[in-house]
Amino acid sequence: MIEIKEVSKKYDSQIVVNNLSLKVSKGEVLGFLGPNGAGKTTTMKMITGFINPNAGDILVNNYSVLKNPLEVKKSIGYLPEGAPHYGEMKTGDFLKFISKIRNISKEKTNDAINYVIEALSLETMLEKRIEHLSKGFKRRVGLAQAIIHNPNILILDEPTDGLDPNQKHEVRNLIKKISKDKTIIISTHILEEVGAVCSNASIIANGNLVYHDSAVNLKKLGKGSYDEVFRKLTTEQ
Amino acid sequence: MKNVGIIFEREFKSYFATPIAYVFIVIFLILSGALTFYMGNFFEREQADLLPFFSFHPWLYLFLVPAVSMKLWAEERKSGTIELILTLPIKTSEAVLGKFFAAWAFISISLLLTFPMWITVNYLGNPDNGIIFSAYLGSLLMAGGFLAIGSCVSSFTQNQVIAFILSVVVCFVFLMSGTNLVLDFFSMFLHQSLVDIISSLSILSHFSSLSKGIIDIRDLIYYVALILLWLYVNIEIVNIKKGE
Repeated sequence: MIEIKEVSKKYDSQIVVNNLSLKVSKGEVLGFLGPNGAGKTTTMKMITGFINPNAGDILVNNYSVLKNPLEVKKSIGYLPEGAPHYGEMKTGDFLKFISKIRNISKEKTNDAINYVIEALSLETMLEKRIEHLSKGFKRRVGLAQAIIHNPNILILDEPTDGLDPNQKHEVRNLIKKISKDKTIIISTHILEEVGAVCSNASIIANGNLVYHDSAVNLKKLGKGSYDEVFRKLTTEQ
Repeated sequence: MKNVGIIFEREFKSYFATPIAYVFIVIFLILSGALTFYMGNFFEREQADLLPFFSFHPWLYLFLVPAVSMKLWAEERKSGTIELILTLPIKTSEAVLGKFFAAWAFISISLLLTFPMWITVNYLGNPDNGIIFSAYLGSLLMAGGFLAIGSCVSSFTQNQVIAFILSVVVCFVFLMSGTNLVLDFFSMFLHQSLVDIISSLSILSHFSSLSKGIIDIRDLIYYVALILLWLYVNIEIVNIKKGE
């Protein structure tokens, strides 16, 4: 479970996230939407403990990101924006590195790696350097490192960006498959993703939460169009 | 400490994943040899020691160590991998130490590969190998000091060129702080006690005694303190600037 409690973040004098409160429960897949610069990525960075809020706190599995950042990081799988990677590493070596740092036992490492390789169709990429992979495969390697330790919290910043329609379909199916016992937040610009994988949706504009309800209700609000309601909610702010 | 080891392993292997490591080692070996034989008059001196070899190390390290350290954090910030690494369940201090020790180990290998110099001088005469050991120790510690400075400076910026230039400047200040040129300058407007402190910070003077075979505990403490202080600042800077 993730509980964001009255969180604010500002850079210099600019408020990026303004008194945001949000609760995401187990089994929930939350689509986190908003225009560019709305504060989505900043919020995700705060949930993962990468940056600290100026005010408020975030509880992840009842651990405070401010007081117990290591416990929070242990239970989270995170795909940062742009899926940053160590280009000089081979895919297999990179996944082994992540396994070690995620404290996966030696006996379970092969199973964990095999699971993500199969789930993300990376079989032919293991011996290739990540810098030589296509954008789509780099994204899949990023996803693989996020789920390799079977975390119960997943934070995915634009997980399908750069993937072709088939790959998007596979990743969405994977998210749906693993979502039953997990808490997942997906930041996305692709509004169709909300209908495809998300149970709930939150929309943030100028750092303020402007919508938080089910994905179905969001569509109803837009009279069948996510685009329409997204524009309405984010431009009114 | 386990995480330091994991980071160390990844970083150390990354040096040899590209030709850069081999290029660095070759440049280091060629330059140290050339300086020893041509500028240090190794043969003309007709003395069985490695003083001409070690006397150029501060100046070699002044440029070569920042070349290694410039990427340590600047590259992580530029490529965004800092977000990946610091959202894994490790402490910032573990990441800083792992990267520092890997870079230090890499430079140590470069230094170890100068062993033919030691063999040569033992073949030609009867050198005091205790002095040579002390000088190698001093060289290693000095490289660690420069590296800690470079690692810290690298965390200030995303630009490796800026990191390199700033590191050279800061290392140069620490190198020259014991020379008359610098001390005379500071004595114009600082009290003598402060000038003495600046003088005591000189990397060159602490290396000088070690290169002559004098292993003084104060020199060892100086280098350890220098490394720890810069790494501490490094950790703080990474924490402060990681989100920028």
